Amino acid sequence: MEDILELRGLSKQFATHRVVHDVSLSIDRGAFFSLLGPSGCGKTTTLRLIAGFEAPSAGEIWLNGSRIDALPPFRRNVNTVFQSYALFPHLTVLGNVEFGLRHASVADAQQRVRRVLEQVQMSDKQSRKPSELSGGERQRVALARALVLAPDVLLLDEPLSALDPQLRKQVRAELKALQRQTGVTFLFVTHDQEEALALSDRIAIMHGGKIEQSGTPQELYQKPRTRFVASFLGEMNWVDGVGIRPECVCVSLDSGLNARPGRIVHTTFLGPHRHIAIQLESGEIITAQTTANAAFATGETVHVSWDPADELRLPS
Amino acid sequence: MTRLRNIFMTPAAVLMLVTIAVPAAIIGVYSVLSRGAYGGVELPWTLDNYSRLIDPLYGGIMLRSFAIAAAATALCILLGFPLALFIAQSGARRNLYLSLVILPFWTSFLIRLYAWMFLLRDTGLINTVLQSLGLIRQPLPLLYNTGAVLLGLVYGFLPFAVLPIYATLEKLDTSLLEAAADLGARPVAVLTRVTLPLCAPGLGAAAMLVFVPSLGTYITSDLLGGSKTILIGNLVQNQFTTARDWPFGAAVSIVLIIVAVLLMFAVRRRGEELL
Repeated sequence: MEDILELRGLSKQFATHRVVHDVSLSIDRGAFFSLLGPSGCGKTTTLRLIAGFEAPSAGEIWLNGSRIDALPPFRRNVNTVFQSYALFPHLTVLGNVEFGLRHASVADAQQRVRRVLEQVQMSDKQSRKPSELSGGERQRVALARALVLAPDVLLLDEPLSALDPQLRKQVRAELKALQRQTGVTFLFVTHDQEEALALSDRIAIMHGGKIEQSGTPQELYQKPRTRFVASFLGEMNWVDGVGIRPECVCVSLDSGLNARPGRIVHTTFLGPHRHIAIQLESGEIITAQTTANAAFATGETVHVSWDPADELRLPS
Repeated sequence: MTRLRNIFMTPAAVLMLVTIAVPAAIIGVYSVLSRGAYGGVELPWTLDNYSRLIDPLYGGIMLRSFAIAAAATALCILLGFPLALFIAQSGARRNLYLSLVILPFWTSFLIRLYAWMFLLRDTGLINTVLQSLGLIRQPLPLLYNTGAVLLGLVYGFLPFAVLPIYATLEKLDTSLLEAAADLGARPVAVLTRVTLPLCAPGLGAAAMLVFVPSLGTYITSDLLGGSKTILIGNLVQNQFTTARDWPFGAAVSIVLIIVAVLLMFAVRRRGEELL
């Protein structure tokens, strides 16, 4: 597949603080790509560099075959869904969605607006003001306002973080469906690993302004290259310098080959399964995932073991 | 809570009532009484004071006052908006610039008007410098005309335009401006399609704060306009002093108050429509 967006050695320095450091990545046309990392890792700044709200200190941004890093935001064929949605409060839903079309020369403006409002199911509320909409509806208007311009890449800055958790999963599914339906390349910024895993074709994990690793969700989870990636995606135990995921740890009352004895410190019921924290003789605490009904009690002595093939040996 | 609020509100409410409502009521009563021989008012009740206002002489004064106040308002907004925008975008220096805007208030307006007279008069600084440079032969007629009054009004009321506009700009969510640029709007379009509409309440407040006192001004027109530029404010002042026609002065004042209140409602309604 061909790249729609490519970052080459992109850096951004604010005063003495380097927020984005030598970031290079390429994104396939039509992909759902996530930038995942903890807050302050530089992911939002990277997005703002692509949108043109910040100027890079070094590096290049290529969009659809042309270099855009020196262009002002209004000349870049990317559009942004802001974290706060940034809907214009003085305009109706329709006014917001039509806003960008005034500056673009498109013949079928009316049709486009109608279609995109249908896609986000806001046709019946097009004459409402943003203040009369729910959080989920505002998010859909923000999506429609950006998508109506058919951007080369849609930039989404934590668009689900303002929604309550109940709604978030539903909107997540809608977002994925919308991306498939429109075929627009999505660059999605989030700190929520579950969100990134569920939505993305590819993920780049950022840490301290740098990209730690990028790949498919499965690659990142199963073959992390750094301790940060291993710990950030899902849960990870570190025993004798090697990593082992809780779901790979077996707990048994009997001792066996390679099994280590330990004492159960506490157990946590998580619905479909249970997490058991076991203190080994070395003092290290290891978490094992068992079935929800596994009958282990705090204080009990057990033996833990795992398949050495599941061990992850990573530089710290 | 409500009781506590009432207790705290009472002093201001009483002050407003005594200093605004009571004098306005007195003026209202005076305006429908007859003129006393040596000033003051007498019975009988009459509406003559209002019907006299139909005289083209007063119509002319009214019209001129409205025109000057409107021009001062327009100029204050045209000058004040860019200044407020600049201050709002100045980051850490905002407070410095804001204190510079209100710095003139530290000196009496009267003294500042005299300063303008010293600058503008025939033997004033501007004419002296221009003459000594050989640029002009005769002094320019800078003082005692409508232009000088307009200058004085704009100078005096510019801070009243800057401050409310600044207050709305300062609250403006910058992500809205970024969103507009992101959607393809050039800087001018961002200004006209987002910044200005969202700033409408501030612009309305600025217009009110400049227009109403400009309409009633008498000091500025008295000092900088000379005898040629009579405005409503001077007319009212004359009726209560030299002309000793209190009821007529009161009638003019009442008309002025009614116009100001109507304008205020009009601006507020327009503001509500926008947001």
